[in-house]
Amino acid sequence: MQRGEVSRESVEVRKTYKLYIGGEFVRTESGRYDPIESPKKKLLANVSRGSRKDLRDAVAKARTAQAGWASKTAYLKGQILYRMAEMLEGRAGSFEDLLRESRGTTAAAAKREVRAAIDRLVHYAGWSDKFGALLGTVNPVASSYFDFSVPEPMGVVGIFAPESPDLLGLVTHLAPAIVSGNAVVVLVSERSPIASLEFAEVLATSDLPAGVVNLISGRKEELAPHLARHMDVNAIADAGEDTALSKSVAEDAAVNVKRVRRYAIRDYYRENAQGLDFIEAFTEIKTTWHPIGV
Amino acid sequence: MGTTVTDEKARAEAIKKIEAERPRLEFGGAVWDYAPAPESKDHVRLEKRYGLFIGGKFAPPRSKKYFSTINPATEEVLAEVAEAGAADVDAAVRSAEEAHRKYWSRLAPAERGKYVYRIARLLQEKSRELAVLETLNGGKPIKESRDVDVPLAAAHFFYHAGWADKLEYAFPRHRVSSIGVCGQIIPWNFPLLMAAWKIAPALACGNTVVLKPAETTPLTSLHLAKICEEADLPPGVVNIVPGAGETGAHLVNHPRVRKIAFTGSTEVGKLIQRATAGTGKRLTLELGGKAANIIFEDAAIDQAVEGIISGIYFNQGHVCCAGSRLLVQESIAETVLAKLADRIETLRLGDPLDKNTDVGAINSKMQLEKIREMVASGIEEGAEIHQSSCSIPARGFWFPPTFFTGVAQSHRIAREEIFGPVLAVMTFRTPDEAVEKANNIPYGLSAGVWTDKGSKIFKITAKMKAGVVWANTFNKFDPSSPFGGYKESGFGREGGVHGLRAYVALSGE
Repeated sequence: MQRGEVSRESVEVRKTYKLYIGGEFVRTESGRYDPIESPKKKLLANVSRGSRKDLRDAVAKARTAQAGWASKTAYLKGQILYRMAEMLEGRAGSFEDLLRESRGTTAAAAKREVRAAIDRLVHYAGWSDKFGALLGTVNPVASSYFDFSVPEPMGVVGIFAPESPDLLGLVTHLAPAIVSGNAVVVLVSERSPIASLEFAEVLATSDLPAGVVNLISGRKEELAPHLARHMDVNAIADAGEDTALSKSVAEDAAVNVKRVRRYAIRDYYRENAQGLDFIEAFTEIKTTWHPIGV
Repeated sequence: MGTTVTDEKARAEAIKKIEAERPRLEFGGAVWDYAPAPESKDHVRLEKRYGLFIGGKFAPPRSKKYFSTINPATEEVLAEVAEAGAADVDAAVRSAEEAHRKYWSRLAPAERGKYVYRIARLLQEKSRELAVLETLNGGKPIKESRDVDVPLAAAHFFYHAGWADKLEYAFPRHRVSSIGVCGQIIPWNFPLLMAAWKIAPALACGNTVVLKPAETTPLTSLHLAKICEEADLPPGVVNIVPGAGETGAHLVNHPRVRKIAFTGSTEVGKLIQRATAGTGKRLTLELGGKAANIIFEDAAIDQAVEGIISGIYFNQGHVCCAGSRLLVQESIAETVLAKLADRIETLRLGDPLDKNTDVGAINSKMQLEKIREMVASGIEEGAEIHQSSCSIPARGFWFPPTFFTGVAQSHRIAREEIFGPVLAVMTFRTPDEAVEKANNIPYGLSAGVWTDKGSKIFKITAKMKAGVVWANTFNKFDPSSPFGGYKESGFGREGGVHGLRAYVALSGE
């Protein structure tokens, strides 16, 4: 290279992974971070180590967003979930790369996981305007009343996503919770948080109202008890690995009678890792009585 | 938003003035009186002493302890009842486990159903006796035990009996099996009915039961045990272990119990949720409530007033879903409250066995003290008390129909469950304010909405954070209709298709 000549090299723009709270990409207020390495010990990114304050912010955003989200028509909610699938499809290649790099999985395995995550979103998009008809009843009471029961969202659901598969696991627990109108605060995979944090970009471009899904990375052992004790969280979906932590979470959840569902799914690819039961788990049945007369 | 406490006070003053000046409706009292019309208790065969019902037999308790159960209307001792200790609970659970393993879980579902039908029929046959017994032991008016508690208890058995061989239809794509031994703990407000809510679905789904009735009201459960005997229900399928909280704790903590169903206070419910966490035991909780009964200005006022009355004074207000917070639209508040003040004067308080009695005895001395304490707090915090001037019998536990005006949302009487005939009245201006106030509480069991406008009903009922919402009615129950709470009022449903879920194990679980 001669004097005065400028190199044509383009330096890679590295991504900063942040938390996703209230539809915004934010750093943890705590200023803490954890370096995330590939299996080959290459530094992939510094990821926020979320704090109790981040969780509280996320719950507040979720609570604010929940009623508006629940009031959207089932048709619209279905379309938004479908758009999440579209957005993930459009970025399938980069998600596959991320999974390969961050977990050291084969290209085939990474592709399989991304395909399954897309399919799962499509599956729940279709449930949006159907689950109510299957979970609701008209009750033949022995008096002159029209009596019916319908599923309603529980409100704010805390999700402890499984450590692995990080992307498919996240989608598996997130989609059925939001399709019924809940808002969620997710503690993403602690070991492999990057694909989950990348998924925030899918959420942000899917017309999903801000605050419906909030993603927090960090230490589950530190954060899970705060979520379990939070007085404005209605339910917990616990797909974490740590059984001792699960027990203490289930105990703490009693503080405001949270509904706790523990999931120990061995194979996230199986057909029974999706379906109506996953939606029902975070709905509340409301029965309404109305007199029949003139 | 809202009105200030001063506004509320001024309004209360105005209402008081109107009340004083307006000619009163004349009901009873000075004009005429009702002749006594007591239900006969001759056909009730009370035993002096009741054992525990374990393994199909009544037997003395290993604990060697007995407690007296009384009539709260007279304070007379009705009988001595065995108290189940740890060894007794253990024996009951083992007996239930053996019955499940050896017989009940192997019986063809349709045959299982036939036993449950038998119980329903026997309850109907003995309904008069059971109604009197319920009233004697619990203090509730005979017209309620006769017309509500006992017929509904029979209906619950009849309804669930038919599910026994149809569970696969309720849970498509699942293999359905029973869970095993269910530990069930019930309260004293609807003793027989709660036993039916618990036992009927458990049995229909192929489970066996250890049931602990409340310490103040064990008698109808023990007579239900006699009915199980008479129905030739296989030994151990139903076990009844009376006792207090300690007995309940033995049951909750017993390692062979696979499922706990609890109806009672939120405080105890939380303890049970904690105790069962991580044990793999299934749990359903039906806990406290503080229901809002919302009256809009376009409601049929007289019907709404009747709804307020049945909402809070039914069963002396010992109802978890009682309409204990009245939210009345400001424009009609004066009229509604004047009518309410009139109406509580016409409620007849007294001998629960009298067929004309509307308000019976408070279930226990302890509960009476709790009600008095809460009422004192209402007065102390500045709310204005309105009470029926009815006379109170010399013996027994009684509390007159009461309501408070000038109540702020922060008052204890507006936030805590009183479980007595005490209503907290608040007002609102807009539907949004009504919804906000109704939901601004940790409980979420039930709600009432009164308006003649159909579209408003659907809008407001949909916004209630409550498991049961009554539109233009209140306190209605049916075995086919799921009942249960949101938030701190518990989880799980009882009744209907949804109620079965608590008593089945599904493939893949």
